Amino acid sequence: MDFELTDEQKMLSETVTRFVAETYDFLKREHALRSADGWSREAWAALAEMGLLGLPFAEEDGGFGGSGVEMMLIMEALGRGLMVEPYFATVVLAGGVLRHGASAAQRGAIVPGLIAGERILALAHDEAGQARHTLAARTSARPSGDGWIIDGAKIAVIHGRSADTLIVSATTGEGLGLFLVDAKADGVAIEAARGYDGVPVASVRLNGVAVGADALVGGAGGGAAILERSFDEARAALAAEAVGAMAETLDVTVDYLKTRQQFGVAIGSFQALQHRAVDMLMQVELSRSMAVLAALSLDGDEDQRRRNIAAAKAQIGKSGRMVGQDAVQMHGAIGITAEYKVGHAFKRLTAIDALLGDRDHHLTRLVELGGVYPAE
Amino acid sequence: MNLEFTPEEIAFRDEVRAFFREALPDDLRRKMINREHLEKDDTVRWQRILNARGWAVTHWPVAYGGQPWTPAQRYIFQEEMALAHAPEGSPFNVNMIGPVLCRFGTDEQKRRFLAATANIDIWWCQGFSEPGAGSDLASLKTSAVRDGDHYVLNGQKIWTTQAQHADWMFGLFRTDNSGRKQQGITFLLLDMRTPGITVRPIETIDGGHDANEVFFDDVRVPVANVVGEEGKGWDVAKHLLGSERSGIARIGLSKERLSQLRSLERRLAAEGVLTPAERERLAFKLAEVEVELRALELTQLRVVSADAHGGGANAAASILKVKGTEMQQRMTELVLELAGPAGLATAGHDWLAAAAPFYFTMRKVSIFGGSNEIQKNIIAKTMLGL
Ligand SMILES: Cc1cc2nc3c(=O)[nH]c(=O)nc-3n(C[C@H](O)[C@H](O)[C@H](O)COP(=O)(O)OP(=O)(O)OC[C@H]3O[C@@H](n4cnc5c(N)ncnc54)[C@H](O)[C@@H]3O)c2cc1C
Repeated sequence: MDFELTDEQKMLSETVTRFVAETYDFLKREHALRSADGWSREAWAALAEMGLLGLPFAEEDGGFGGSGVEMMLIMEALGRGLMVEPYFATVVLAGGVLRHGASAAQRGAIVPGLIAGERILALAHDEAGQARHTLAARTSARPSGDGWIIDGAKIAVIHGRSADTLIVSATTGEGLGLFLVDAKADGVAIEAARGYDGVPVASVRLNGVAVGADALVGGAGGGAAILERSFDEARAALAAEAVGAMAETLDVTVDYLKTRQQFGVAIGSFQALQHRAVDMLMQVELSRSMAVLAALSLDGDEDQRRRNIAAAKAQIGKSGRMVGQDAVQMHGAIGITAEYKVGHAFKRLTAIDALLGDRDHHLTRLVELGGVYPAE
Repeated sequence: MNLEFTPEEIAFRDEVRAFFREALPDDLRRKMINREHLEKDDTVRWQRILNARGWAVTHWPVAYGGQPWTPAQRYIFQEEMALAHAPEGSPFNVNMIGPVLCRFGTDEQKRRFLAATANIDIWWCQGFSEPGAGSDLASLKTSAVRDGDHYVLNGQKIWTTQAQHADWMFGLFRTDNSGRKQQGITFLLLDMRTPGITVRPIETIDGGHDANEVFFDDVRVPVANVVGEEGKGWDVAKHLLGSERSGIARIGLSKERLSQLRSLERRLAAEGVLTPAERERLAFKLAEVEVELRALELTQLRVVSADAHGGGANAAASILKVKGTEMQQRMTELVLELAGPAGLATAGHDWLAAAAPFYFTMRKVSIFGGSNEIQKNIIAKTMLGL
């Protein structure tokens, strides 16, 4: 057993954490939110320059072949800064589909642009009127000549408005298929909205969208397995991001408890608040442990991976909620103002719980899987 | 002991119910159901309809427009109002300054303000909190210095809800620094159009603008606008905070939300969004909430009737505040869970789109009106003797 980071991992973590602290303070974030894109192209270019966009991709694709642990370190750092750039949408989520499903030719056509920061990708899977977090879709793809015609509608597409390429899930007759769709293709209509956590989301309508045979990622019925694998990786990344957001929230809160004076003393001298802060700290540490478990489970046994990821997601859902709520409460009125970081961290933690299965969803999954610990 | 309503109470309930059904404008009802933001005009319009019926300020003394209702009738009225999806009147008018003026106002102040307050011809805001004085309200610093028959105000208030719409403010100001910090505070009424007042908006995490900062720069207020005595404002404020808190449990509202939660659940189930497992889980959680809500409701009734029999119910109001606000928050949390990722986008007028802003904004109820921690301190001290 070894919880130590290697020297390279430590350096990666320090570098990214310092980068976020130095270049992406709260005001910069506010500025990015208010821009036309809703996020910062400049920050994105910097992430590309540092090589972070290529981290999880294989070396033959131009990446660094980074493992779950490296991804965890990056996501935690981005979480501390509440970064709204499309790292999760493009590198983790859509990137996951490419890593686990795309052919060498497809990867060759897309990944270099992605790594260079020039091509944004988004995964369009969720649909209105579908059970949440299902691997099924009502959007359909029917064969036509050499290619496919896609019809349907997607919701909650993270960074969908900025995407150059969409990965769209659709039933093909053989099961679920995943298709690379140019966001500007005829028949694609994208309606953008602002997510409550600041991250842009979009609804996407596909009306007779024609794609070639080379648009299909994996087999015509292979989408569900690819998604399942990619979603688990994305959940592990969200767990790490949540740890970053929680740790930052705790730091800001403790700082506030030490400085805010009421009744002639720092409010941190009230035991009622001390104990709450301690409870927050415990939640952060438990979450960190589960983020580590999730990161280390990605390349192992499939059954164990599912259990571990579900457990991690359930833990951070609960912890994130508690840490967010308590931080806001202990800040008093200032905690719910838009000009203060804690309220935004609270919102991001809320969104992280809702994405890819909330706490309840994963507890139910665990029950189905037979629990966290495998039966003897 | 008997928990059943009498035939008279049932007749009263039917009368109230019929009135709400007919008198509440459809557009307002729809806004309430969809959780849309209410404009100032919406609140004013509705309070005037209520006032015309004599029901805008039912808990004020009868002489000033109140109703001689029993605790059961008050409870029925509150509940029916919530279940009818009717908005509440302005709390600053109805629950705060009105009762204070009835109790502490001069005859002149009563004549000038009470009827106008009941009808919202005057829209009030509450200037208590300051950057350094939140829970520790008595450490407020904004000064009122006597100059002939005026006070001259300098300093700053913060978190002033609806100040951007207000005609008048009631507030606490420091007229004397020499004694204990609870002394030397004066309760003043001031016209928001007086020169020297600047209102600056504060945006909150639900994306709304209700809160403001208010700055005073040599603002002159007539001495006749003191409520109670100069330097005795703390007693007036304590009275006001007591009545602010007693209404804050809002059990009727939680019940209305519970029933909306159920209809949202049915809708999502019919659409195929909720799986059977999710429905089962939710049913369990709703049952849990219902049990607690029922317990809180009966506790409120016990407190209210103890009040009617002259029993002391001060700290009990704190219990209702803490528990009531926890229930309200729990309700919004359940709606957010129901919304799931579909609730990420906050555009549109729909329960799902409103779920997140509603959840975020309701975090405030455990902070204002005396934070829940402060309420627990009060309970520990007065009920447990700790
Ligand atoms: C949406 C909103 C609207 C408001 N509208 C108005 C308004 O219209 N007019 C107005 O005057 N004010 C208004 N307020 C202000 C409100 O009354 C204050 O926020 C409240 O009194 C708490 O003060 P504070 O925010 O300064 O928090 P603080 O007093 O700084 O408290 C910070 C934290 O410390 C805790 N704490 C403080 N002291 C203790 C203690 N002794 N023991 C344990 N815990 C403690 C608090 O519970 C809180 O969790 C509003 C507030 C909000 C959020």
